[in-house]
Amino acid sequence: MPVTWLIPSILLLALIGYWAGRARALAVAGGDTRALHSLPGHHGGHVALFASAPALALLVVWLLTQPFVINGRVAELIPDSANSATGEGPSAALMMSEVRRVAAGLDLAVREGVITAGQADSPRTGADDMRAWLAGVGVALGGETGPWVLPAAQRYRALSATGHLMMTIAVIALSAAGLAGALRRVRPQFRARDVTERAVKAGLFAAASIAILTTLGIVLSLVFNTIEFLRLYPAVDFFFGLTWAPSFGGGSELGILPLLWGTLSISVIALAVATPIGLFAAVYLSEYATPAIRAFAKPLLEVLAGIPTTVYGLFALQIVGPLLVSAFGEGGVLGVTWMGSGTAAMTAGLVLGVMLIPFISSLSDDIINAVPQTLRDGSLSLGATRSETIRQVVLPAALPGIAGAILLAASRAIGETMIVVLGAGAAARLSLNPFEAMTTITAKIVSQLTGDTDFSSPEALVAFALGMTLFVLTLALNALALYIVRTYREQYE
Amino acid sequence: MTGLAAPTPAPTPSPRPGRAALLAADPRTRKRNAAERRFRFCGVMAISIGLLFLVVLLAAIVSKGAGAFRQTFIALEVELREDTLDKNGNRAPEDIAKASTFAYAPLLGDALLAAIRDNGITTELQTRKEIKPLLSASAAAQVRDFVIANPERIGETVAFSVLAASRVDGYLKGRVSRDSVARSKNMDARHLDLIDALRDAGVVEKRFNPAFITGTDASEARPEQAGIGAAMLGSFFMMLVVLLLSLPIGVAASIYLEEFAPRNRLTDFIEINIANLAAVPSIVFGILGLAVFIRFAHLPQSAPLVGGLTLALMTLPTIVISTRASLTAVPPSIRDAALALGASKMQAVFHHTLPLAMPGILTGAIIGLAQALGETAPLLLIGMVGFIASTHPDGLASGFLDPNSAMPAQIYEWAKRADPAYYERAWGGIILLMLFLAAMNITAILLRRRFERRW
Repeated sequence: MPVTWLIPSILLLALIGYWAGRARALAVAGGDTRALHSLPGHHGGHVALFASAPALALLVVWLLTQPFVINGRVAELIPDSANSATGEGPSAALMMSEVRRVAAGLDLAVREGVITAGQADSPRTGADDMRAWLAGVGVALGGETGPWVLPAAQRYRALSATGHLMMTIAVIALSAAGLAGALRRVRPQFRARDVTERAVKAGLFAAASIAILTTLGIVLSLVFNTIEFLRLYPAVDFFFGLTWAPSFGGGSELGILPLLWGTLSISVIALAVATPIGLFAAVYLSEYATPAIRAFAKPLLEVLAGIPTTVYGLFALQIVGPLLVSAFGEGGVLGVTWMGSGTAAMTAGLVLGVMLIPFISSLSDDIINAVPQTLRDGSLSLGATRSETIRQVVLPAALPGIAGAILLAASRAIGETMIVVLGAGAAARLSLNPFEAMTTITAKIVSQLTGDTDFSSPEALVAFALGMTLFVLTLALNALALYIVRTYREQYE
Repeated sequence: MTGLAAPTPAPTPSPRPGRAALLAADPRTRKRNAAERRFRFCGVMAISIGLLFLVVLLAAIVSKGAGAFRQTFIALEVELREDTLDKNGNRAPEDIAKASTFAYAPLLGDALLAAIRDNGITTELQTRKEIKPLLSASAAAQVRDFVIANPERIGETVAFSVLAASRVDGYLKGRVSRDSVARSKNMDARHLDLIDALRDAGVVEKRFNPAFITGTDASEARPEQAGIGAAMLGSFFMMLVVLLLSLPIGVAASIYLEEFAPRNRLTDFIEINIANLAAVPSIVFGILGLAVFIRFAHLPQSAPLVGGLTLALMTLPTIVISTRASLTAVPPSIRDAALALGASKMQAVFHHTLPLAMPGILTGAIIGLAQALGETAPLLLIGMVGFIASTHPDGLASGFLDPNSAMPAQIYEWAKRADPAYYERAWGGIILLMLFLAAMNITAILLRRRFERRW
């Protein structure tokens, strides 16, 4: 029985267990649930738990260990000559994969009816027969398969078959035993509710720890590949190199500084756009606007944050870029020739800034609203105008929070990908002119990892080092934002 | 922030008290009032600039993308000649299938020449070769599919509406001008004159093109054939994975953290992790998907399953944060009442708190899904761009496991292609994507309005 059927069978047994447990609980209580400590449903859940959880655990463990056991037994058949001829560790693994491939081919041939199961397992089968069968089902063999491959594959097949059979029997038996054992425990005083709820709680905890696993997955995948990269490419050249010129033929120069510079320029432009607009919008919405205007303008501004970044990217590429060229480019309205093409740091920065407006305005709005009304009343009663109150009382009180909001927006700007991929160009250069094409860390991660990549080359692995830099940068910015908000927050209660 | 730089001095009583101050504002008051008006004006400007951007963006999307839903078709009466399509004359399906699209191209050329003659149009273009650039390369395949499906109609003359070439479409939509045609090899002003005449005769017409919404991607040379349907299905399967994973896991995690977690280091660590994951750039999740799901677990590249898994991890913090907010919004008195009546903590949560928090949870889930639907960057790394998604998935397994694209990834792919005809399709795709997002967000808002309770 394949695994895809084993799991439904276990679940079916669990379902049967639920009904049996319920029925039995009702029976032992004589139909009067008041005699039971736990509800019949809890008894049912308890039986279902014992019918499924141990069996599923066994299934997982078995599936993980069986390949190792079988590999060990089959490896005896791989002659030492095969090992010594081509080297040690990796070639043995290669042999094993060849054996597995042949075994899978035989399985396929039997399934498609090219040969019978008896033929496949017969010791009299020759290597030529095998070759013909496998070719018949579209499995091509390498040139130099030794005579030992076929017996090894046959043993592999036999062991897998027995292993699978034993696993099926063991898992089903455990499930049934769990079911029966749990059913026998059903008694009026039995605390089934406690057992079931403990299991549910364990499940809830497992779900919560997915967050840890995700972080762990991110950190591990970044760290391992970064170490791998730094083994192939000197760290000093990566962190302090002034040129970014990857070439998949070798001899690449992979300095991160031009990318950091591009990221920084674009983020600064974006924040220069988003901060004043976002901040003034927040001030107006929280201090001046009537409830009607607020109810109308705030959600509309927030729509800007909900638009997919690809859309912003295309907007930058097709509309903002050409517009900027017609102003700052050759033959433009302003009569300057600062801009060569539409894709430039300025293009991406402006559009990114528009995207960040709602981030800054919403966060600042919340923070300004949290400043107590008594402060405003005090200032106004002393004769200050509203703008004086805002500038000298409200904003200073809200400053740490606003600084936190701007830092969070900066972290978004650094991590933004699609706008810069489409709008900023691809040239990595250290230029002071924001109207020139620049590129960022995120854009280069995309360009180094898309397409057919050879993951053992420094040109592909550098993307993980870039990702690591990005991860650390954004994390540091967030931590800083949190720190500023926590440390400098005025307590008004 | 710049407004903070120059604080005006604190208001002091007017130095010369008298009646003048009551009737006419003194210069200082005028200055302060002017500053007040300026400040207020800046606020209005900020809001207007923000809204202006929104309007410009939406207007650009609609004006640039609306054209993608209309496509130019050519109405042709094609004679399905027996001597080229079924040489043996016995209508055997295998014989008919042998005739490749090359055999159909001359029939279409003749049909177009006939249409030109019948409408009394005079043109210098007299040969099949010369008028070939008007027809889409997909036209022959369309007629061939028809013949294979209806072999009995060989020998008849059948009316077809075939796609015009992308250049013809571009000319009628104003994208291709006479100047740009002058630089091209296989089309010139005579073709454009012919198109004008054919349009006046009603042979060439622009109409609604459902294939853009339902169809599959096409090769770089055939933008007129490309549609977003396959990518839409890819997005659908991905969203299914995201919903099935991130909603239950997110809700379970929130329940644990909000209702059961003891205050200890482990809980704090989980909370810090969730807060950080919410701030991690989406492309880092793409790196995670590439490293863990594709290179470590050997799941198939470009599969919606992998995209869904990656996006589910990305959506998880959003769902956890909104779920916890709606769980805390349920007043403790409800839990206390349940506990007082003998319910266990678990029963209090699952029978009372969770159902009451459900509208808020669903709203958060829909907003999280909308976010995931629009996300592109992680999909680039797990290979959901860069190939042509030319077939619809058939069935559930193929939908999850076969390589496909997703709507935003398809839009990005089109935006990168060199042919300007694809830009129009990218904007058209954006219209569809934005419609989906708007529908989801409006649902979330309505849900909140309908079920939100104030305690």
